[in-house]
Amino acid sequence: MQSQTTYNYKVVRQFTIMTVVWGIVGMLVGVIVAAQLVWPGLNVLEYLHFGRLRPLHTNAVIFAFGGCALFATSFYVVQRTCHTRLFAPGLASFVFWGWQLIIVAAAVTLPLGITTGKEYAELEWPIDIAIAIVWVSYAIVFFGTVATRKVSHIYVANWFYGAFIIAVALLHIVNSAEIPVSLFKSYSAYGGVRDAMVQWWYGHNAVGFFLTAGFLGMMYYFVPKQADRPIYSYRLSVVHFWALIFTYMWAGPHHLHYTALPDWAQSVGMLFSLILLAPSWGGMINGIMTLSGAWHKLRTDPILKFMITSLSFYGMSTFEGPMMSIKSVNALSHYTDWTVGHVHSGALGWVALISIGAVYFLLPRLYGKTEMYSTKLVNTHFWIATVGIVLYIASMWIAGVMQGLMWRATSADGTLSYEFVESVKATYPFWTIRLVGGALFLVGMLVMFYNMLKTIAGAKAYNAPVVAPAAAHA
Amino acid sequence: MADFISGFWNLYVSGLIAFGLLFCLVVLVTNTTSQGAGEPKLQGHVWDENLREYNNPLPRWWLYLFWVTVIFAIFYFYLFPGFGDRHSDPSNPAKERGLRAEYAKEVNAANAKYGPTFERYLGTDLKALASDPAAVATGKRLFLTYCSQCHGSAARGAQGKNYGFPNLTDDDWLYGGDPETIKASIEGGRAGVMTAFGGTLNSDQIRDVANYVRAIAGLTSDAARAARGRDVFASNCTVCHGPEGKGARSMGEAFAVLGAPDLTDGIWLYSSTEEAIVDGVTKGRNAGPGSVTNTMPAWKDFLGDAKVHILAAYVHSLGSNK
Repeated sequence: MQSQTTYNYKVVRQFTIMTVVWGIVGMLVGVIVAAQLVWPGLNVLEYLHFGRLRPLHTNAVIFAFGGCALFATSFYVVQRTCHTRLFAPGLASFVFWGWQLIIVAAAVTLPLGITTGKEYAELEWPIDIAIAIVWVSYAIVFFGTVATRKVSHIYVANWFYGAFIIAVALLHIVNSAEIPVSLFKSYSAYGGVRDAMVQWWYGHNAVGFFLTAGFLGMMYYFVPKQADRPIYSYRLSVVHFWALIFTYMWAGPHHLHYTALPDWAQSVGMLFSLILLAPSWGGMINGIMTLSGAWHKLRTDPILKFMITSLSFYGMSTFEGPMMSIKSVNALSHYTDWTVGHVHSGALGWVALISIGAVYFLLPRLYGKTEMYSTKLVNTHFWIATVGIVLYIASMWIAGVMQGLMWRATSADGTLSYEFVESVKATYPFWTIRLVGGALFLVGMLVMFYNMLKTIAGAKAYNAPVVAPAAAHA
Repeated sequence: MADFISGFWNLYVSGLIAFGLLFCLVVLVTNTTSQGAGEPKLQGHVWDENLREYNNPLPRWWLYLFWVTVIFAIFYFYLFPGFGDRHSDPSNPAKERGLRAEYAKEVNAANAKYGPTFERYLGTDLKALASDPAAVATGKRLFLTYCSQCHGSAARGAQGKNYGFPNLTDDDWLYGGDPETIKASIEGGRAGVMTAFGGTLNSDQIRDVANYVRAIAGLTSDAARAARGRDVFASNCTVCHGPEGKGARSMGEAFAVLGAPDLTDGIWLYSSTEEAIVDGVTKGRNAGPGSVTNTMPAWKDFLGDAKVHILAAYVHSLGSNK
């Protein structure tokens, strides 16, 4: 039996389309900065040099592309799994327009050199306040919908989305505590090594809650939906959820190994990062094992391919992360391109692939269709993207380990064997390979854009009727 | 109380860590169930038409992995700093474990291994050292680590409007090129000062003197301006640059400490364009806000006697007057 009211798909549609648009913009800037490393001559004008475009790239892919994907999917998932319309639709609309405005403000201020200088939190204080307001509105819409649900149990995807929303609010507000000196300049409320610690408590938990918990929420809905299989283990989802959100909070100090941060704090960061390995893998197991009994679908369903490959990359980078947080490994990897490779194995492999899978799932449904304009192009996108990722992370691993070894190499008299610039010179071939990998990933996004336009063209926006909850049975 | 301002924070941190580890252990112990016979059971709930959940037990290998990491953490906290200020005591490094102690150990080992060679180099005369290929190779690596950021990998320096890093290979020395003077430059650093003339000369006078300076260096110049600039030069610049502009050292080695460059030899510390010279004369060097610092840092405390000695020999070996 279906009721007369429909789900609010409008805001989902808006965020879904902007996910693809901002993905292309953010990755294009990524390709540009990658090219600037290969050809330093491309650093033209102060507004477009590497130092200003790099934060634009990170902000665009994390908060614009990743953010829109999370908004789109969480608004879709929370309605569908709570069997009710989105709470406060006007506020949801405000979240969309507010977030777009924030992205545009970032795209203008960062090239102008207006920055707090804190990584992944570069935006200046007026934009920080706007983010806080939009985020609280988001929380009201999301938790309001959960509170008005028509089913007794809250679906697991919503736990992860909920944890992501609460934690990001906490992280953003604490780390952005700053003292404005003018409209465009502020100074952190914290000093010295405390500032560094607060910054990386924020920075690592941005990875943990924005890029992990939020996207696990996405995974917990779209993987079982696309595979049409039950989740592998409810118990595992409970255990890894609590272990993950509890342990992540401690891992930040591993960004400050061998610095002025007290030894005890470095150890705490390293050990809880190691403990984080199993809780992280819990999500991977639950996702991949959900497919048991349906593996044959991988042969024909490129959307499922995106999702399962993203879980594989998730497993890989959540193994790599704890290993890199071990002090003696970090002594080799820190400050090298290995870190860049690690981040992109997570960002391209996990975050982008699961988002792309979810967008391919959503687009037809948001326009009353059953599939994308071309499944073949989805498959093409999958292979271009996967080859791009492999080129990217493999070249950065090699480059990173090489740099680490060159920087520590000593001669028979104990002096350093290499000048820094020699390691730069030796890295050029790998930066070139990385550029090719990144460009391939961008090409994949353009294929997706074309497929999206063709799917939407001529189609009418569609809002599915609210599904009545299934009768409870034990 | 090594790392904390009061014992409370030590207890606070230790308590939180203990709670964290205990939390993980409790989660592990209370969730270890075994697979019952037959098919895995579905939980009762259904969401959004077809979302259901099995309730398979936690995979054994995953549980063991979790156990291993938690137990490793407990051992690590027992052996190394981490559990509050345990093992951490800066006032008594001998009793410490952890990074400070590890670092001291590595430095001592390196000193024991390489110290004798460096002591031998320190005891060798600079000129002799400059012709010892092994010592020069060591010096070159030290140079590439500590000096190349300003002076360049090839020690040719860099000359621009806002930066002037001396070329060390051209036998042209601001302060003197004998090995002992080079060593003194590295040990104590140098701070070359030129007065800012923007306040005492008007812009025409400054442009005139800039043309004069270009003229005596053999560069193209406005003849009328250069002629007027000669007088400006004579009454403002000769104290440091000498009556003929041949630099401080042309007036005798006693003036070498001024470091004022020879303006006639066609070798430039900064850019030689008229605009750059006008800018330099107006703002001065190392003359407060707006001027470039024109400073070489002192390396004695950072590098120690032996490395400074070897570096001096290497820099000396770059010139033709070995």
